[in-house]
Amino acid sequence: MALNNIYNEILMEHNAHPDHKHKLSTASDCKTAINPHCGDEVLVKKGINPTCGDEIILELNVEDGVIKDAAFNGQGCAISQASTDIMVDLIIGKKIDEAIELTDLFIKMVRGEEKNETKLEELDEAMALKDVSHMPARVKCAVLAWHTLNEMLKEKESQK
Amino acid sequence: MNQYKNFFPIMRRYKDLAYLDNAATTQKPDMVIDAVDNYYKQENANPLRGLYALSQKATEAYENAREKIANFIGAAKHQEIIYTRNASESLNLVAYSLSDLLLKENDEVLISIMEHHSNMIPWQQAVKRHHAKLVYLYPDKNGLITTDELKNKLSPKTKILSLTQLSNVLGAKQNLKELIKIAHANKTVVSIDGAQAIPHSKIDVQALDCDFYSFSGHKIYAPMGIGVLYGKEKYLNEMPPFLTGGEMIDYVDEQTATFAELPYKFEAGTQNVGGAVGLSAAIDFMNSIGYDTIIKRETELGRFAGEELSKLPYVTIYGDKDFSHHHGVIAFNIEGIHPHDVASLMDSGDVAIRGGHHCAQPLMRYLKCNFCCRASMAFYNDEEDIIKLVNRTKYIRSYFNGAK
Ligand SMILES: Cc1ncc(COP(=O)(O)O)c(C=O)c1O
Repeated sequence: MALNNIYNEILMEHNAHPDHKHKLSTASDCKTAINPHCGDEVLVKKGINPTCGDEIILELNVEDGVIKDAAFNGQGCAISQASTDIMVDLIIGKKIDEAIELTDLFIKMVRGEEKNETKLEELDEAMALKDVSHMPARVKCAVLAWHTLNEMLKEKESQK
Repeated sequence: MNQYKNFFPIMRRYKDLAYLDNAATTQKPDMVIDAVDNYYKQENANPLRGLYALSQKATEAYENAREKIANFIGAAKHQEIIYTRNASESLNLVAYSLSDLLLKENDEVLISIMEHHSNMIPWQQAVKRHHAKLVYLYPDKNGLITTDELKNKLSPKTKILSLTQLSNVLGAKQNLKELIKIAHANKTVVSIDGAQAIPHSKIDVQALDCDFYSFSGHKIYAPMGIGVLYGKEKYLNEMPPFLTGGEMIDYVDEQTATFAELPYKFEAGTQNVGGAVGLSAAIDFMNSIGYDTIIKRETELGRFAGEELSKLPYVTIYGDKDFSHHHGVIAFNIEGIHPHDVASLMDSGDVAIRGGHHCAQPLMRYLKCNFCCRASMAFYNDEEDIIKLVNRTKYIRSYFNGAK
């Protein structure tokens, strides 16, 4: 039962000091909002983990198909909070289709469906969550943000 | 290993494990596992239908178990014992069939905010079907429903009171006798969710004078998949059936059917005879330990756990401050750490506890905590298990703080 390694330094650090836990807009849950500081359009989406009721609100600023800025809010366990912060770190500056691919890859990793280390290196720090695949009860905590982002970006793509 | 753990194969297999999730399900002793094994090896056939010796054996095993259950909870007649899969099914049966019998538009059903979802959602559905209303009782700070609270909420429209005897979060046991008397004086029929009470207290349904009593076998050392509904004959006779089909009928023609007598009217389809045999063995097991010992050990362990954890300034414990009133159920939070993280880190230290909303979301909101951790004890636990729990709590706290 040595699952302690999921609570590793990377995860504990992102949980204790999230870089991206703040607001881009004043919205709580609608599809688009305006950043009051710069007037940019912000995409907003709320993700809910139905097993525990944890909530995160994800905000994206997308311009010309590139994620210019992103942030999150909400409450949750260390795994979901750190996972969200790590994800936001990773996707800022990425193109929409690249970000979708990364979310797919992450979801496959924590479900234990993708084990190829070279491939997983694309996920950078998010690889620290790999061992969640051995904790079925916690997979939902880890994928909450990634799943929410995935849906959000696919909605955006379909509006083209 | 203490002498009681030795009765349980799982405890012998995982010697280092502090299993503190007994409110979710208890472990099974050899006696129960062997009884089920023996039934399937020696006596298995489809009961009731068969006209041959083996089927007769299965029928006897099934009915002897029913008789034992009736004695165990002090029922007047074995016909008042209905087998179900679990407490949830028993509670659904009552909510469905009793509401069909009693509820009219604008009537009221009274439950408490402490109900497990299994004694809440069935009533939400029932009042919706009958255009009736669901009214809530709220506990005092110790988790008890006072007689004043009950009197305030009862009205001429209150047809049914359905109440948990012991909260799976707060561990508080209601003064049922008093509450039931008040409800009956109001002509309100009373159904009790005994899922958490029966592991920790000797039940006498006639002394309580409740009209219905539900519980699960798996929380009292029996296999999963067998549960019980006790109901007074006068109500069970009048209530429409719940599930219908094989075994529960007398005479069937193309358009209509007449229903079998009690208890078979409420037991549609082939039943879990192995489970009934297991439950019977579990009752023998509990009797061999004795409720006196069970209650004494669980009260003491609950008190010890509550007192030790409450010495830690960053731990909040919910419910009565006198932990000997918790029946071995301690719900708590470690400041700043999500219960799911606590449970995972407990697990990596060989301590099994539950973290989450405990199937009681409205209660969690009422307690303003949304989720919590819960350690729940059975008589086979010991001080060593509790010390592990407390030490692990300290470790988790320092681990999280260290990262800050
Ligand atoms: C108070 C209470 N009622 C009902 C139930 C439902 O029991 P089961 O899941 O066995 O149907 C539980 C189980 O946790 C409970 O604690």
